Parts: sequence; structure tokens; C-alpha cells
Amino acid sequence: MSARFEPITGRYMQLDLFGRPHRIYVEEAGEGRPLLCLHTAGSDGRQYRGLMNDTRVTASHRVIAFDMPWHGKSSPPAGWHDEEYQLTSAQYTTMVLDIMTALELEKPILIGCSIGGRVALYLALEHPDRFRAIIGLQAGAHIDPYYDLNFLHRPDVHGGEVCGAIVSGLVGPDAPERERWETLWHYMQGGPGVFKGDLYFYKIDGDIRGRVAQIDTKRCPLFLLTGEYDYSCTPEETLAVANSVPGCEVAIMKGLGHFPMSEDPQAFLKYLLPVLEKIP
Amino acid sequence: MIEALKQRVNDDAGLVRRGRYLTTSFLLEVGATSWLISIFEGKIVSVTKGPFVMPSSSFALRAPEEEWQKFWSMRPPPGSNDLLALVRRRVLKTEGNLQIFMANLRYFKEALAKLRAGVAA
Repeated sequence: MSARFEPITGRYMQLDLFGRPHRIYVEEAGEGRPLLCLHTAGSDGRQYRGLMNDTRVTASHRVIAFDMPWHGKSSPPAGWHDEEYQLTSAQYTTMVLDIMTALELEKPILIGCSIGGRVALYLALEHPDRFRAIIGLQAGAHIDPYYDLNFLHRPDVHGGEVCGAIVSGLVGPDAPERERWETLWHYMQGGPGVFKGDLYFYKIDGDIRGRVAQIDTKRCPLFLLTGEYDYSCTPEETLAVANSVPGCEVAIMKGLGHFPMSEDPQAFLKYLLPVLEKIP
Repeated sequence: MIEALKQRVNDDAGLVRRGRYLTTSFLLEVGATSWLISIFEGKIVSVTKGPFVMPSSSFALRAPEEEWQKFWSMRPPPGSNDLLALVRRRVLKTEGNLQIFMANLRYFKEALAKLRAGVAA
């Protein structure tokens, strides 16, 4: 039996964010124009393993994913044990821009999913000149809470079990079993209260409905891709954003759910590769 | 059809194992028809059809019959493929002590999906 290494390398970056020292895990693969990837709430950068292992992407792109603080192999900042983690739109946009600056990424293509798709809309609106193009996956302008978020973080409900179970139905029906359960495993590994803290941005703080129409796609092209089976950010919600932003390109991905790049990378690449080709 | 739940769940050793700390009764309402389902350590011990005079249960799941039919179809359409998809559309009402439901969410999702068309008896 021979070992085979994937072409992904990971490093830990020491960086001050929001005035506090952070230890951030960053991984990347490929060479070419930078493609910065943002993971979903309660998960981590492993969601982009499919892109980083596909030469159709890595031959011409430097694919970079970082784990947000509190997620994956990134640590929460010192003092976390006495705090409640709550992600806000201001923190999230600052984090992405500061990490881009630290990595010296000049006008990357940004791809973000779910909360990453929402912050992609914020960045398209507020910082279009920092990006070559923005791709929002499962991006909607707002989502009302539809279950009691407190169940995600209380001692009589196992956090890993409930986070995995909450999102299990968001995976599309045709996802390969291995990728489906890999995707859910990431959720089961999240730290206590982290998924809930991310959803503060997704469902409470990060309502951008009143502003998306101001996105200027002449300054930064905007592409939206949403899975047909997503009932968190539904196709209708993505189409509502697309219809209010002139020049925005949109596709609904058949059979896919809320985690397209992770639940079924091969099916997702059929939609992503043509988008990457269109980006000048 | 709902009665098939007992054998289909109990025949799935992995599902029963995951439910080994679950002992409860819950109400499943399919339109106007009620079912009282009792679970002991992950095994379903009874599925009883109503109407009931004073059913005791920890929680209830209530949805119109046509919504359950879509959920139990072989390939449910988007919006009907998961209990939380029904909750999201506000067609599945969850009431009672939902700590038991949420602490065992994977169990309840997988158990109720056993009634899907095409699932081996």
C-alpha cells in the first residue's frame, strides 16, 4: 500500500484581528490567480477539499481557504472561555479583508457559501474594488430563524450531534455517501456554541435586503449559484437577490443542496468551472 | 402504513443503537389522524392509532396529510425532503418537550424516513 499526498498545504498564521491576537489556519493548493474560499457556518475550510484536489481549478488558480477563528484548526482568541461567540457583519467583513491583506492577495476571486455567501454580498456592496469577481453560493439577503437556535448550545443536547442533525437534510439527495457524511462530520466537530454564534450573523445581524440592489456589478462581477434542495437559503431567495442586482448572473444547481463544494464536488464543478472561465 | 414503522426501525440495528438512551412516547399527527408511538431504549414498542381520550406524550409532530405524503414519497421534492424542511415552510408543527426531539434529532429524522416509499420492509 502506497501513501499519496494531496496537493494541499496548511500553515498557521499569527494575526491581530479586531485588536486581539489570533492563530488562524490557512490552507492552499494550486498556482495562478487567487481564489479565496469562505466556509459555511459551523464548519471549516475542509469544505473546499474538492476544489483544491481538482487540477481543472488548481492549474490556473491559487485556491486558499482559512478556518475562521473558533472554527476548524483556528483557535478562539485568548479569553474565549468567558465569552459568548457571536459573529457580526462588521467583524466578518473586517476579517476577510484583513486576512486578504495579510496574505497579500491582490484582487482575488472570492467564493463564499451560506454565511460566506451572505458576506460575499456585503463585500460586493462595500468593497467591490478589492475583488476580481465574487461568487456567492447559497447566498440570500436574509433568513428568518425557523427553529429555536438555543438548542444548538445547551448542556442537555449534544452540540455535535444536533449540529450534524440540523443540517443533514440540507445535503442534496444525490450527494455521494462519503462526501455527505464528511460534510456532516465537520459540523459534528464544531466547538460549543460556534454554529449558533455564526447564525447570529446569518439570521439576526446580517439582514442586507434593503441594500443588495445597490451592488454595482460593473465594479465587481457577481455570480450566484444555489442548490435546488437548499431549504435554508432557498433558490427563490437567491433569485430575489439576483433579480434586484443588474448584471448579476445566477444559476440554480439541480440536485444539489446547501454545501455544493463539499457534498458533491464533481457535480458542483460543472457549475463552477464555466463561471471561472467567464471571469476575465 | 404508519404501523410499518415498528418493524422498519427495529430491524435497523444502527438506528436502534443510536437511540439506546431514548425512551419516550410522541404523537404523530397525519392530518386528522393521530398515532401514539412509544419507544423504549431505541426500539419502537407500539404504534397505536387514535382517536385518543387523554394521550400522554412528550411531544407532538403535526402536519397535513399531503405534506407527509410528499415527505414519504420515494424522492421527495425540494422543501419536503426533511423534517426541518417542513418546519422551515411552517407546515410541520412541533409542540411539547422538544428537548427530547432535538437531543435525538438524527434518530427521529431517520426513523420517520423509514416510512418512505421504496424503503425495504
